[in-house]
Amino acid sequence: MGFKTVFEDCDILVVGGGMGGTGAAYEARYWGRDLKIVVAEKANIDRSGAVAQGLYAINCYMGMQWDENQPEDHVRYARNDLMGMVREDLAYDMARHVDSTVHKFEEWGLPLMRDPETGRYQREGKWQIMIHGESYKPIVAEAARKSADKIYNRIMVTHLLMDESQPNRIGGAVGFNVRTGDFHVFRAKAVIVGAGGASHIFKPRSVGEGMGRTWYAPWSSASAYALPILVGAKMTQMENRIVLCRFKDGYGPVGAYFLHLKTYTQNAYGEEYESKWYEHTKNLVGEYIDHHPTPTCLRNHAFIEEMKAGRGPIHMVTKEAFQDPHKEVVGWENFLGMTVGQAVVWASQDIDPKYINPELTTSEPYVMGSHATCSGAWASGPEDVSPDEYYWGYNRMMTVDGLFGAGDALGGTAHAFSSGSFTEGRLAAKAAMRFVRDYGKDPVRVSERQYEELKTAVYKPLENYQIGSNEIVGGTVSPSYILPIHGLQRLEKLMDEYAGGISNNYMTNEPMLLRGLQLLETLHEDLEHIGAEDLHQLQRAWELKHRAIASESVVRHTLFREETRWPGYYYRGDHMKLDDENWHVLTLSHRDPESGEWTMEKAPVYHIVD
Amino acid sequence: MHIDKKYRRAVNIEPNMCWECYSCVKACPQDAIDARGYADFAPLGHSVRVRREEDKGTISWRIKFRDGREKNFVSPITTQPWGEKIPRLADFAVPDEEALESQLLCHEPDALNIETGLPTIDKSKFKQGVYY
Repeated sequence: MGFKTVFEDCDILVVGGGMGGTGAAYEARYWGRDLKIVVAEKANIDRSGAVAQGLYAINCYMGMQWDENQPEDHVRYARNDLMGMVREDLAYDMARHVDSTVHKFEEWGLPLMRDPETGRYQREGKWQIMIHGESYKPIVAEAARKSADKIYNRIMVTHLLMDESQPNRIGGAVGFNVRTGDFHVFRAKAVIVGAGGASHIFKPRSVGEGMGRTWYAPWSSASAYALPILVGAKMTQMENRIVLCRFKDGYGPVGAYFLHLKTYTQNAYGEEYESKWYEHTKNLVGEYIDHHPTPTCLRNHAFIEEMKAGRGPIHMVTKEAFQDPHKEVVGWENFLGMTVGQAVVWASQDIDPKYINPELTTSEPYVMGSHATCSGAWASGPEDVSPDEYYWGYNRMMTVDGLFGAGDALGGTAHAFSSGSFTEGRLAAKAAMRFVRDYGKDPVRVSERQYEELKTAVYKPLENYQIGSNEIVGGTVSPSYILPIHGLQRLEKLMDEYAGGISNNYMTNEPMLLRGLQLLETLHEDLEHIGAEDLHQLQRAWELKHRAIASESVVRHTLFREETRWPGYYYRGDHMKLDDENWHVLTLSHRDPESGEWTMEKAPVYHIVD
Repeated sequence: MHIDKKYRRAVNIEPNMCWECYSCVKACPQDAIDARGYADFAPLGHSVRVRREEDKGTISWRIKFRDGREKNFVSPITTQPWGEKIPRLADFAVPDEEALESQLLCHEPDALNIETGLPTIDKSKFKQGVYY
């Protein structure tokens, strides 16, 4: 394939220009005046990442200036919501900085609502503040643009590069321009992965024309995990997938409805149902059911059990709140500001929540590190608040030297959300700058052989298609390749059926997971024979490869943890109870880049606050 | 979104991987992009239309139900002239070595709006294992 190779030598490469990546680009400039800072983004940073369509709330703001919450409170909250286990050092560190991020957003022009009585930011709940955030991402992107030396839009990064002058040291990344097809080689002294988490690894609720109408963005293709995994970075808590309780079909969020509008749920017969499942849940998880607030997974659990008992659909009671015209406006603008699709669903089905209580559902599972769960790379914490086992020199550095992460990429930092991801990007950038100062004297050594081999691999799906389509005498079915959509649907089906998706009510067990691994293995083999008709399909092919690698990690972690820690997110039918004696630990995985062999281990949970 | 080579019009080349984020609809300078809900669950006859105006700093929505009812909403998108309040950090004073070695980020501690400085925690209190 005759695609041109374009080289870029830089000090810090940011992969992905979402909230984490823009935060990294912004902060890197402040500390590294003479450094060359480059961003590679798959779409266009103005509207890329999970915040592309806007947000109606910032879910992580302490309000230390008004003594509303302290970083310790955030740690307690995140730990409780995830049934006792997060990386408390990383959570604390993000929380102590996040207010400065939010104050800057307001200064830059992001409209934060104010409580007319107190003059403080309008709280939606204890942690969330309400915003008119349609242009959240364009505003933040502008900040990154003013800081970075160069922003490459439309480049899908497919692989990270290693520095060949020393072991386990990052050397940059390669990718291709999804419009021109150019091959890009970035040689970098430090790399910050700000790529997206994983949507579309489990079969979604809609599988036809609307398969893209998932909760998390369909472009979040698990690159946050696949890129580090492939160069041998350790991952943590990859089993800790999230299932969202959302308005049906549009995935409109429920936070503002529960917290601000004070709407509530009931079953099809108008009954409150959560309390009915109290004893049942207590039997599974013990006293965790008595915690306040009730962990999100346990509320999901009651929802799922009530549906299984045949008393669905579950409704959100909106009719009362929506009689207040102000609340009605908030209810609609909440969706228009961040989930337009929900307004489309209601308009098309003539659902006016003022007169009809809309249905809720539980979503397919997602794997991600920035929202309410904490899957991602195992990274060092900050020097001053990290236990020795969690600290290896540079804040937010993964187990590969010079490789940093932010947002979805980082494990253990639940409940970071948009503001926390941007803050993590800032933290990673400052640490990366120090790394470059300490170790960046010599140029990065990446041999021609290393990137040329990757170049051949990157374009192989185009070649597969060209050769394979010659065998077709009529129609579209090829005997020797599968298309990206075929591979994606096979992945979603096997994850759904064997690893705890919707069609099995989130249930799995050891035999099912082992069968899932067998099917994943043959999928990996078939992905060598994937056929891409054009550059757009080539992007889909690589997104799928990233999803498949991340999925294998999810299955292996789920297999390793022999308990049901988060009922409502998934169930191990062979180990239905929470087991603090053996499993109050973080799970770690490592994939050997040479052999492809995976190893699993446990890491201790440290509690840094009471 | 790509440009259709024959008709020179914008086209969504893969609608079943669309998030319905409306970014393309908002960005089109001719307000020429329309969308309909997915056939999986959205009956025909509805529309959700939007106009985003950076000069006015607003976004306006019109929702039309299948049965013809309408709802209209207008929200602010920024409080500042577009982009003007976002700093160029390259113009700031260069931070010193002490700042670089500290836990502080750019704009801190001032931007935290607290007088007690960046919070930290005593490592001797750390505990391992189960904690309720």
